[in-house]
Amino acid sequence: MTFGEILSSPFLLRVIGRALTVGILVSLCSAVLGVSLVLKRYSMIGDGLSHVGFLGIALASCAGVGSLYSMEISIPVVILASVLILRLSQNDGRLNGDAACAVVSTGAVAVGTLMYNLTGGRAGDICSSLFGSASVVTISDKDMVISLILSAVVIGWFLLSFKTIFAVTFDETFAHAAGIRTNVFGLILSVLTGITIVVGMKMMGSIMISAIIIFPALTAMRLTGNFRRTVILSAAISVICFIVGFFAACLLSLQTGAAVVTVNLAVFCAVYGIAWIAGKIKQKRTA
Amino acid sequence: MNLIESHDLTLAYDGVVAAEHVNFTLAEGDYLCVVGENGSGKSTLLKAVTGEVKPASGLLSVSPELKKHGIGYLPQISKIQRDFPASVREVVLSGCVRGDGWGFLWTRTAQKRAADAMDMLGVTDLAQKTLGSLSGGQRQRVLLARAMCASDRLLLLDEPVTGLDPEAVHGMYEAIRRINRERGCAVMMVSHDVSCALREAAHVLSLCRGHSFYGTVDGYRRHERLDDAADDALHRHGGDHPQTAPHYVEEKGAIL
Repeated sequence: MTFGEILSSPFLLRVIGRALTVGILVSLCSAVLGVSLVLKRYSMIGDGLSHVGFLGIALASCAGVGSLYSMEISIPVVILASVLILRLSQNDGRLNGDAACAVVSTGAVAVGTLMYNLTGGRAGDICSSLFGSASVVTISDKDMVISLILSAVVIGWFLLSFKTIFAVTFDETFAHAAGIRTNVFGLILSVLTGITIVVGMKMMGSIMISAIIIFPALTAMRLTGNFRRTVILSAAISVICFIVGFFAACLLSLQTGAAVVTVNLAVFCAVYGIAWIAGKIKQKRTA
Repeated sequence: MNLIESHDLTLAYDGVVAAEHVNFTLAEGDYLCVVGENGSGKSTLLKAVTGEVKPASGLLSVSPELKKHGIGYLPQISKIQRDFPASVREVVLSGCVRGDGWGFLWTRTAQKRAADAMDMLGVTDLAQKTLGSLSGGQRQRVLLARAMCASDRLLLLDEPVTGLDPEAVHGMYEAIRRINRERGCAVMMVSHDVSCALREAAHVLSLCRGHSFYGTVDGYRRHERLDDAADDALHRHGGDHPQTAPHYVEEKGAIL
């Protein structure tokens, strides 16, 4: 496929425009949420919930509704899992956060795979759930509407609660003492992360969706020492990496998820590499 | 007016009793130092005051005013992420989070409050620096400024000088003293440094298993002398320490 072909075909323009809109909105949400998740050492929650999303798709497949209504089933499953992970990791310290994520995510993948096996699901279904859809045609108008609502909620929450988000992310004990309901914050953060993962999974795949939560935040953290700028940079990096990866995938017939994650990885490595070299030069100058 | 009252309080953490039979009061403008060995429940007591840990038994009453306005908390230095991407100004401003309402930007009132706190603690010049680039003493002063922004009624300080060099320790104690005396803000400080606690505080709460003490600094000194004398007597007679030692509560200089 070439740019000329895309621009000359109204069908391709509509399909690609829809997929691009969903991708940009999901990248924006995941990058904004990712800063708090990474800084609170909750990166594994994103990874764990993406595996639970796989279970949701398997459930939808078992119920015979396929990909058409997969979100209606996956979103409640992921919300329940996010509450479960939080409760498991907070209650009396019986399980730490990482262990709770591992228990829920590996359990969800195992049960989801068995469901596919028992209901005669095809290997292709499992593959597209794990690695993302090979074609952007599968992104529907409904996906676009849900991603628009999701991004309005996430961005709205972030803009309105920015001060609380910073205070709780930086020091939860202090925020609790100051009178902030930190458990409500944790719940909102993980539920919104879960929904973002479900919306983005169709394109990115359940294995790679957590990468667009983690990479932009880590890259932005290396570029600035200011929380507000970190959030803005993370969103910008995520959206730019998605656009580059998306068009690379379209033009070179690659898997969209893999292409987007690879671009994120390349930017992350470049920024860390440049920062490392700059640090060495500074060290030599001061020596 | 008392900000905190505790009567026969028992605290447990992860199912293990951390402190028991704890009795104390903290009045407005008071300076209370909590001392005791490692694992005696000092930090757990602070967590109970903030509501993070629920009492296993007994009474811990926190005034409604504190619940309404919040408490300024200074954590142990090791609990803060050094690589967190935040400027000193952002960190201090986050102390105003409770009363500043919704929105992406801080109000002028919050900015003024943060500027005053930074000015009082001498960290205004560090406003644009990241927390990770500061020395231990500077970082603690920044976090103390944040705690000041959070509350002008009560500061809870969890080992605020641990790991600092002597000059920074002196600076921190002086800053805490000024906040307590000039602003009338009550201070409840957990510390290992008993001698400095006795020099700075008005009241002492010493946590020991079955052997807690609460009272004035002078009362604590008398109590320690009595304890030393009892220990000497036990050693002379070859006796063991009693399993349940008496529980001392001293108020206004009189041992009850």
